[in-house]
Amino acid sequence: MDLVESYAEDLKFARKRVTQVLLGGLLAALAVFPWLAPEGAVFSATLVALTAIGVMGQNLLIGYTGQISFGQAGFLAIGAFGFGHLRIWGAPFLVALVGAGLLAAVAGILVGFPSLRLKGPYLSIATLGFGVAVYQVFVNWEVLSGGRSGLAVSKLTPLFGLSRSQWEYYVYLLLLMVFTLVTYNLISSYVGRAFIAIRDSDIAAEVNGINLTRYKLLAFALSSFYTGVHGALYAQVLGHIEPQIFNVLESITIFVAVIIGGLASIEGSILGAAFVILVPKVLSGFRELVPVIFGVAILLVLVFQQLGLFGLWLKTRLYFQLWPFR
Amino acid sequence: MARGLQYALTGLSAGSLYALVALGIVLIYRSTRVLNFAHGDIATLATFVAFSLLSRGYSFPVALLLSLGTGAAVGIAFYFGVLVRAQREGANLLSMVILTLGLALIIQGVVVYVWGAEPVALPFPISDVKTYRVGAVVVSQLSLATMAAGLVASALLYLLVQRTRLGLAMRATSENVMAAQTLGIPTRLVLGVSWGVASALGVVAGIFLAPALLLDPFFMLDPFLKGFAAAVLGGLNSLPGAIVGGLLLGVAESLAGAYLTIQFKNTLAFAIIIVVLLVRPEGLLGKEFKERV
Repeated sequence: MDLVESYAEDLKFARKRVTQVLLGGLLAALAVFPWLAPEGAVFSATLVALTAIGVMGQNLLIGYTGQISFGQAGFLAIGAFGFGHLRIWGAPFLVALVGAGLLAAVAGILVGFPSLRLKGPYLSIATLGFGVAVYQVFVNWEVLSGGRSGLAVSKLTPLFGLSRSQWEYYVYLLLLMVFTLVTYNLISSYVGRAFIAIRDSDIAAEVNGINLTRYKLLAFALSSFYTGVHGALYAQVLGHIEPQIFNVLESITIFVAVIIGGLASIEGSILGAAFVILVPKVLSGFRELVPVIFGVAILLVLVFQQLGLFGLWLKTRLYFQLWPFR
Repeated sequence: MARGLQYALTGLSAGSLYALVALGIVLIYRSTRVLNFAHGDIATLATFVAFSLLSRGYSFPVALLLSLGTGAAVGIAFYFGVLVRAQREGANLLSMVILTLGLALIIQGVVVYVWGAEPVALPFPISDVKTYRVGAVVVSQLSLATMAAGLVASALLYLLVQRTRLGLAMRATSENVMAAQTLGIPTRLVLGVSWGVASALGVVAGIFLAPALLLDPFFMLDPFLKGFAAAVLGGLNSLPGAIVGGLLLGVAESLAGAYLTIQFKNTLAFAIIIVVLLVRPEGLLGKEFKERV
């Protein structure tokens, strides 16, 4: 029923008619969403889209390459402030975005060097230290962070007669789709296979001819690029950034999103981002309980459903595919 | 010179707290290879329990004992309730570390929910205003008590690990779980005890730290990170290393704050971590774990 008969077929994004229809439906729903939903929901969707980019990047590092990192807030801050300064110097939006990503990627390579010698818990402490160090540098160095009043980031000018929130939504959604497609292709390429091999056993990967130095650094650079872009887009949406935003809690939120969405899954990254953005929004009356929910979700995911939300989705899909048998 | 001595002494007092935190981290890491990210939060929870008891008029020893018990109970419950179950489901090391992160988040939320995010002062019998003059340096009653607590706790831990049958079982289990099981040691129980003792050590640090600062739900985050740094500096699998690392870090930090720059005093710990990890990843007194493919 579901045989792949040629390589071209294997490369197809959506193979079955049902998938194509559902995917088309999803795209159409996303396209009309800002016209039907209230402004607050559109803003939340925008936040989900930009967070999903960062979570996807971290999933490349944590889920696919198996390097635990808690330094996300540092890369976010570098991306956000890099973007802010580039915009102030007059760089256009896309140039500043790529610039911010590249800055974060360079920082990622620097953090990646210890990863060549460190593993597991040691690496997580080193990256945690990096995140805190970046935070403190930005807090104490007012030239970079714009001082007490923070740094103002100019907003996007909407085109085609759309309102600002609609325009931001479409731009961010488009960026998320670009990043998703790139990630899909990356994962099915040699690079992605190399990452997975390193996660499963780095010594075995090296024996099989994977250049560990190059691919570990590449994983750090790529994931930091994504996270830098996430930081830049976040700065853009907020319109005003100060170093206090990028604290350890922010790193942990992204990490939680990766785990809850599902390690090593691209769809999971988007689901995880939606979880960490929407749960606090829904529970705005009980803000102090949000960490409890995150924590319980982590325990449940790791004990009962190791693939996270994506695993749940797979199970549901399997149920309907096999229905009425089980 | 006197100024240097004074700062070194202040550093020693902070360092003995770091050493206590580091001892707990090392104890857990050595026995289960898990880096406990909830270490600081368990201490925070227990310190808040002590705060509640003290403000209800219970005496200090009672509050101290009950909060130690709370910390130990949380540690043991987490080990048996979550980690053991996760292991049965085939969780790897990475997921066990992440589970401790989940516990940290839960405790954080509960503490904020029950006690609120406003900082409170812990009513403490030992004052930090009363000082003694020893030669050229001045030492406060609180920092003397802190150093004493560090000393007593480390001595008790030494006796437990080196001089009792339970300690022998703990050492055997941390060396090789399989072999220990074969010899008839109830390893689960021993590991559970390790979690309890380690959490109680963190609570001691929390209680002696609270009067120096104000008590808020995140007050252990910084000392916990410093404790990590100290543990890495001394070697993540060496108990004496944790003490040496903690004291060294405390003194280095205090001197750096005095003579270099006060702003980047807290960044020093992380600079130390990164340098140690690059130059000597197993730490000052630690031994390297060999890994087989």
